Amino acid sequence: MNILSEAAVEKALDKKMNDVSYKMIGQDVSVYYGDKRALYDVNLNVRENTVTALIGPSGCGKSTFLRTLNRMNDTIDGCRVTGRIALDGDDIYDPSIDVVELRARVGMVFQKPNPFPKSIYENVAYGPRIHGLARTRAEMDAIVEKSLQRAGLWNEVKDRLQESGTGLSGGQQQRLCIARAVAVSPEVILMDEPCSALDPIATARVEELIHELRANFTIVIVTHSMQQAARVSQRTAMFHLGQLVEENDTDKIFTNPDDQRTQDYIMGRFG
Amino acid sequence: MSQVTTSPATAAFKASVRPERRDIGLRRRYASERRFRLYGLAAIAFGLLFLFLLLSSVVSKGYTAFLQTKITIPVEFSEQVIDKDGERATDPKVLMTANYPVVARNALAKVLGVDPGDRAAMREVGGMISDSVRVQLRDLVVADPSVIGRTVDVAILAHGNVDSAYKGQIDLGVDEKNRKVSDRQVGWMNQLAETGALAGHFNTGLFTNGASSRPEAAGLGVALVGSLYMMLIVLVLSLPIGVAASIYLEEFAPKNRFTDLIEVNINNLAAVPSIVYGLLGLAVFVNFAGFPRSAALVGGLVLTLMTLPTIIIATRAALKAVPPSIRAAALGLGASNMQTVFHHVLPLAMPGILTGTIIGLAHALGETAPLLLIGMVAFVADVPATPLDPATALPVQIYMWANEAERAFVERTSGAIIVLLIFLILMNVGAILLRRRFERRW
Repeated sequence: MNILSEAAVEKALDKKMNDVSYKMIGQDVSVYYGDKRALYDVNLNVRENTVTALIGPSGCGKSTFLRTLNRMNDTIDGCRVTGRIALDGDDIYDPSIDVVELRARVGMVFQKPNPFPKSIYENVAYGPRIHGLARTRAEMDAIVEKSLQRAGLWNEVKDRLQESGTGLSGGQQQRLCIARAVAVSPEVILMDEPCSALDPIATARVEELIHELRANFTIVIVTHSMQQAARVSQRTAMFHLGQLVEENDTDKIFTNPDDQRTQDYIMGRFG
Repeated sequence: MSQVTTSPATAAFKASVRPERRDIGLRRRYASERRFRLYGLAAIAFGLLFLFLLLSSVVSKGYTAFLQTKITIPVEFSEQVIDKDGERATDPKVLMTANYPVVARNALAKVLGVDPGDRAAMREVGGMISDSVRVQLRDLVVADPSVIGRTVDVAILAHGNVDSAYKGQIDLGVDEKNRKVSDRQVGWMNQLAETGALAGHFNTGLFTNGASSRPEAAGLGVALVGSLYMMLIVLVLSLPIGVAASIYLEEFAPKNRFTDLIEVNINNLAAVPSIVYGLLGLAVFVNFAGFPRSAALVGGLVLTLMTLPTIIIATRAALKAVPPSIRAAALGLGASNMQTVFHHVLPLAMPGILTGTIIGLAHALGETAPLLLIGMVAFVADVPATPLDPATALPVQIYMWANEAERAFVERTSGAIIVLLIFLILMNVGAILLRRRFERRW
């Protein structure tokens, strides 16, 4: 497997020595949709067991960057990614990397809750089943229960696992989607505005959940809500017009950002 | 509006809150909406009127085809007529070639009390009975030779003209010379009907018999079996090929000029006149591949070619209608492209695919032109045992009967249309049921 440029590795090791370990490394990442360039040489690293929030005005490329991390952009016609993105040091765009395996390691939760039109149990069991994670029915039951518990949904649905996943409320559906992503035991979970379709109570529930998941997973979350980024993340990256403006500790970004654009954005002057 | 006396307070209140109303064309807007609704209603009423006219015309002309007049009389299987030399033990051909119409004619003459010596009368008596009586009685005797010498009650098919007269389809006011039944025959007919010997029975022969130039003996049997074979062939070939092609084009193929070209051509193929497919089938399947002419196999293949574009277009539309979020969810979990399609997209597209398939099949069931070219417009008397035997199809049978001159074929044509329509209704009901069965919301 291709290793990143030595400089990058050295840089990564350097950071590691400073007691920071990077789960994913993005180096000079540019994305083109046909002739249109959506991302300009983004250098952004994702720390392990940390919640990294991507913020910025609409169309700034934060979702695009998120989707490069598990190659969901591959499904878009005419989309081209340059630069390097590594997961644990392995370039995920290397031809030797299997995209199916990558997505089993880097899971995703989408903006709009999108449970399969199947039972709640089947929704959660689908991922483990296609990856062969459970050998027996009992093992599968255990995975489903554990995943639903992690998503904080177990107590609400344990008596109706065979009912349709689409019959749940919006917030429950989104937590079901999180349970579904968690069930395949990924290392990284990408969340693309997971609360934008939810009411404040469901949002609070999902935010709590993100806190709890942090212990076991590395999380990257795109959000439009400054408060949400401040509440759930430890690191925040600000995007503007396809460029990474700055990336720093969340506290620093929201109290004393280095860049004037970040200052303006979080003050609500644009976006 | 007339002036109404109001208290000064109310007047002041009104004056203070109501600004001058702007004319925003409400009246015009509502009027145009009402007009549009009227147009819609008129269009629907027009459509229903024609549907009603079609159905009432077909049914009123065709329902009598399901009844067949039969004459039930004691038939004496006289050894004198059938086998006067007693050779049947040594020569089985005797039973095959015996003069059964005479047996039937004598039996009827006896019931009617007609002098067997009166040759003109006897000829008219013979004209009451279908010529198919030869086959009917022969089959009876060959199956059981012991009936020879005995008298057995047999329900004999009445001649087509008597059948029509009994159903009141022949105008008896016309001069006797200008109609197909004589006054004497009508008298006998009424006489037999009074005793109950002559009566209408459910016409099972319509569904079992093959082609016949005698309307009373003609049936849809060959056409039904031929159409059934063709539908099976079309279903077995076009559903998997069509669905596989659409899945590949929609889910796997790269989107480039070449696939665009294929898409345009598939859409064009759906609009190619069906007779062109018939010529293609004639050239490829009959002349080049050497498949038998008039066979349901060739018909099925031609109809498959014709149905494929319909199924592909319907399936692609159904696949496109599956929300992309479902695909994203499956792909995001690490499902491969194929797993995504087969586990999630295809089940959701199933109702649309099945509807398209059944509409395509129904289209194929009613298709006539290509079948004419590959020789399925033939006189086929025997029900085909395999798809390789000569056969006809329901719409072709309708076409052939519509060309016949006898009055009794008119009602059979309408009867065959009714049968075809019933099949189409059944298929559409099947489509609706399948759609309900598979329909899931997302």
